[in-house]
Amino acid sequence: MKVAVFGACSAIAIEVARLYAADGHELYLVARNEERLETVAADLRARGASKVEIFSIDFLNTDAHHGLVEDIISKAESLDLALVAYGLLGDQLQAQRSFKKARKIIDTNFTSVVSLLTLLSNLMEKNASGTIAVISSVAGDRGRKSNYIYGSAKGGLNIFLQGLRNRLSTSGVHVLTVKPGFVDTPMTADFKKGLLWSKPEVVAAGIVKAVRKKKDIVYLPWFWRYIMLIIRHIPEKLFKRMSI
Amino acid sequence: MSEFSCWGRYPHAQQTAYKLSWRDQVYTVISSENSVLPYGQGRSYGDVCLNDGGALLVSGSIDRIIEFDRHQGIIRAEAGLTLEELLRVVVPAGWFLPVTPGTRFVSLGGAVANDVHGKNHHRHGTFGSHIKRFALLRSDKNVYECSPEKEIDLFRATIAGLGLTGFILWVELQLIPIEDSCIRMESIKFNSLSEFFEISDSSNQDYQYTVAWIDCLKQGAGFGRGIFMRGNHASAAEGKGLKVYEKTLPAVPFDMPEWMLNRYTVGAFNALYFRKQLRDSVTKIVPYDTFFYPLDAVARWNRIYGRSGFMQFQSVCSRDVIERILQITAASGQASFLAVIKEFGDIKSPGMLSFPRPGITLCMDFPNRGASTLKLLRELEELVCSRGGALYPAKDAVMSERSFKDCYPSWQEFMEYKDPKFSSSFWRRVTGER
Repeated sequence: MKVAVFGACSAIAIEVARLYAADGHELYLVARNEERLETVAADLRARGASKVEIFSIDFLNTDAHHGLVEDIISKAESLDLALVAYGLLGDQLQAQRSFKKARKIIDTNFTSVVSLLTLLSNLMEKNASGTIAVISSVAGDRGRKSNYIYGSAKGGLNIFLQGLRNRLSTSGVHVLTVKPGFVDTPMTADFKKGLLWSKPEVVAAGIVKAVRKKKDIVYLPWFWRYIMLIIRHIPEKLFKRMSI
Repeated sequence: MSEFSCWGRYPHAQQTAYKLSWRDQVYTVISSENSVLPYGQGRSYGDVCLNDGGALLVSGSIDRIIEFDRHQGIIRAEAGLTLEELLRVVVPAGWFLPVTPGTRFVSLGGAVANDVHGKNHHRHGTFGSHIKRFALLRSDKNVYECSPEKEIDLFRATIAGLGLTGFILWVELQLIPIEDSCIRMESIKFNSLSEFFEISDSSNQDYQYTVAWIDCLKQGAGFGRGIFMRGNHASAAEGKGLKVYEKTLPAVPFDMPEWMLNRYTVGAFNALYFRKQLRDSVTKIVPYDTFFYPLDAVARWNRIYGRSGFMQFQSVCSRDVIERILQITAASGQASFLAVIKEFGDIKSPGMLSFPRPGITLCMDFPNRGASTLKLLRELEELVCSRGGALYPAKDAVMSERSFKDCYPSWQEFMEYKDPKFSSSFWRRVTGER
């Protein structure tokens, strides 16, 4: 299988790539920091990946996306799986005071992903095959004061992916929305960890399984489906006063 | 921050933990803190992995393989990689760890820093004897590549250096070839310490791996009884191929109440364990995890000792002292069921502060019962250290400054290579340094 990973130095992405590497698949890794990419690439080669190529880019620079996808295709010919794994949690308090900060969160989590998926979806639609998997978040299921800027970008992304899935369903392209709950990664380093927290390895195994089973939307770990079911159904009159 | 504790869960420490993912992040933290200590998987039993009042450089996600030469069996990897992850990659390629401790959940860096040993000490020495080179980042911002040929003193200080000479960025290790990932294991019952010594003497020549479980509660008839296990890697014809084995049983879900482990329940367990094997000697082909890592199957087994934790006492000393230790321990009735005995060989480790030395090593777990446990451990410590033996820092939580300095006379030489910014709770305890 030919797998492209966008945001390949993120903790969850590394674990997903390791699972595919162990099965001898080809990996095309994209991230900003070239030195770190080299480190990850060497690890995946040692773990059995049949081929690893790296591409360095700042995802916010959407003008470079076209060239990036062309580069990948020139090396890979085609893609079986594109995993979008990058994201920016940002700082809610700073972002609600400064639109510049809010915009960076929205552009990273939403606008730039739309740009990338436009290119990837058209490519896969033409080939009438492939899977697009995007790591979104449970934060996109309901707006909360603690992270609604990040949450609204992820919420927008969830709706974009629904539409894309609907559009591509007849052309044999599979679109997977991944909604992880709390994952212990550098992104969440400052949070106090408790029972609901999972390791990136666990979420990664869930993603690989969801890709294989052609799931549409997957909450990881599974219990987040029920947590969010409850959270989504709390009446707004009540919810607006809550602190969660 | 209970998240970062030691395996025995005694003592406790408060520290600022930095979870690192990349080698390029390490120096920034070192330069911004006054006292730092690398922390791998927290599988040291006592306070060698704690830095009360200081900072921890948590290496768990700095865990990439840099190079694996499948023909020569040489692997170079970042220090946070666990032996479990390493085995997943090297076993299918026909290689195995040259030396492995009793758990595969330790990091490569931790294995170097504690210079761990295993059931093949009499044949292969310690983990540090198989290190080809490593890179060490120190607070002077320099990265030192150390090997038996280059930066020799820093190499010797870092192996068994308890993480105090700097942050190990990567390690290059020579593996050993295997035809199959099973072990041909023979278990032999013995009824006394002298029988143990006889079997051990006659096994060291033909068996790469030797170890025994010993019942340290039994007094009178049956004093010193146990089960001796010896083995070699299975041949291609005997085994089942180069498989990765990672058996898991349900984890211990919560802290068990302290009263559950007492001399009667443990005594009953030991008696059952001893009698479970009916014949005097049994030979089996078993997966490597069954042979090397029986306890790894039960995640968080340290919870069986309850909230107050436990202490391990591992010493090396002569045969007559071992007998005395067992007598004192059996009479106290405090020991737990996990007691292990093995004869070390005479291969000298490059590590300055390395623990293994010729003699018998005995390893016992004691539930932490406060003053009575400490009193017993002090008595055993006095005995071991006054008779030329030594205690193992990786397992220790109570050793006195005097004992440490007696058992490890090289500590003064070591001081020249210790990084001034690196420290640990253990180090301050056994040297009086601030």
